[in-house]
Amino acid sequence: MTAISAEPTRRDFLYIATGTVGAIGAAATLVPLIAQMNPNASTIAAGAPIEVELGPVAEGQVIKVFWRGKPVFINHRTKKEIDEARSVNLASLPDPQPDSARVKQGHDQWQVLIGICTHLGCIPLAHSGDYNGYFCPCHGSQYDTSGRIRRGPAPANLPLPPYEFLSDTKIRIG
Amino acid sequence: MSGPSTYQPQNAFMKWLERRLPIAGLVYSSFVVYPTPRNLNYWWTFGGILTFMLGVQLITGIVLAMHYTPHVDYAFNSIETIMRDVNYGWLLRYLHSNGASMFFLAAYVHMLRGMYYGSYKDPREVLWILGVILLLLMIMTGFMGYVLPWGQMSFWAATVITNLFSAIPIVGESVVTWLWGGYSVGNPTLNRFYSLHYLLPFVIVGVVVLHVWALHMVGQNNPTGVEPKSEKDTVAFTPYATIKDSFVMVCFMIVYAWFVFYLPNYMGHPDNYIPANPAVTPTHIVPEWYYLPFYAILRAIPDKLMGVMALGASIVILAFLPWLDTSRVRSANYRPLYRQFFWIFVIVCVGLGWLGAKPAEGGYVIAARILTFYYFAHFLVILPVLGWVEKTKPLPNSISESILAPNRAAI
Repeated sequence: MTAISAEPTRRDFLYIATGTVGAIGAAATLVPLIAQMNPNASTIAAGAPIEVELGPVAEGQVIKVFWRGKPVFINHRTKKEIDEARSVNLASLPDPQPDSARVKQGHDQWQVLIGICTHLGCIPLAHSGDYNGYFCPCHGSQYDTSGRIRRGPAPANLPLPPYEFLSDTKIRIG
Repeated sequence: MSGPSTYQPQNAFMKWLERRLPIAGLVYSSFVVYPTPRNLNYWWTFGGILTFMLGVQLITGIVLAMHYTPHVDYAFNSIETIMRDVNYGWLLRYLHSNGASMFFLAAYVHMLRGMYYGSYKDPREVLWILGVILLLLMIMTGFMGYVLPWGQMSFWAATVITNLFSAIPIVGESVVTWLWGGYSVGNPTLNRFYSLHYLLPFVIVGVVVLHVWALHMVGQNNPTGVEPKSEKDTVAFTPYATIKDSFVMVCFMIVYAWFVFYLPNYMGHPDNYIPANPAVTPTHIVPEWYYLPFYAILRAIPDKLMGVMALGASIVILAFLPWLDTSRVRSANYRPLYRQFFWIFVIVCVGLGWLGAKPAEGGYVIAARILTFYYFAHFLVILPVLGWVEKTKPLPNSISESILAPNRAAI
């Protein structure tokens, strides 16, 4: 029998050191097990930017393109739709954002957004709902012609993808 | 309850085995001479039915896995191949898909029986919590299984349910990307769901073993809620419970077979026979019937994060039931007020289920909010308060007295 002493012994140190190394090792083992579930290299590579020709999109038409598996809506808005989007009292919006911050300057007619409802990921229908914008059939969220949430359970405006105008009729998304 | 086994091996081999692995003795003491309360009614037979359904789902599932291809380009067609080309594939798939519905039906009856007779109360709290864990595992397994056919409902169910996690502040989006293995629901998602759908039933088997173990530790509750006190209060598991369970199981199989053979798609959705299309959400998406009450609660709350939290809370709150119910009387037979509130609760759950299938608009939303409020009030207000104010009926001294006394009075 070893006498129990209040002083830490060399054996205590060895126990703690061994336990610590074991715990760190176990935690390190979790890293690959968890990381393997994140997007793999080919998925990331397939998420490269895409270019879209805007010429064929008529005024009042909405086209859908896919970027990273997500539908991107490109809405060639009419003058009426732009006016509707700009005449809203911002203070009344759940997620206040001026329309000008949701389009590229000088390209007011082109509304480019990710067509995924910010509630639970359904795809809203274009040109529908009470605000003539987007209506999500799953749980009834309503967006206006700027893609801003107006009513329903969605917490935020439809997100904007990163994109830029290469020319007046061509954009690059991503 | 079950003391040292009284099992006496008869032949030489069993004697030899019993000294090395006393498995026959364990089965004998747990499922043959195990004492069960003599007054158990038919509501106590659903544990056996659930075990049977778990077995059916495992066998049909493993067979289906031999013919199914978990890839976005082939999954839908491999299901059609099972339905048309594989020998008896249609039968096996319908048994599996309707089996999920019957499994949940039996689980809900089993849970409501526990709630009516107060089976979750001291000393059965752990038994009850293991049951809630089993329900959660069933919900996850059922959901992932529903995704595998890769029809429109599969795809959008996967999208909506994984997006529930995007409600988590700050890390939500990263968690969802991690769940998907991509930037949207896609092939990696389907693959991992298949892997987990195969795994989780075996986890369920493991928790069922714990559930039965805990049950055999504390013994079964019974319609009086009074613990057995003497030999007169119990009968042997075999033949009494075994035969009763078998009889109800056969009746249950008739209902099951009726769905499989005559209404195989009644509980499904036609949209799931359209291949998954990430560009179009079906105009009216609803989950399978057994998730509808929870879905109604999710949609009733106008705020995303709060809605997701209410959905989770509606299941997790069940685990706290043993402490939320403050009454010391177990059985609703002796609780006149609780018995009424129990049936109101059942109606509220059915009502939520009905609302979950309706579009989220107008009066349906308002009704869903009222019922959601009531659902939580049942656990958080009604049950704690009832325990203090309710005047319960006198309990019988024993199980045998409760059975024999009325008969004596009649003579």
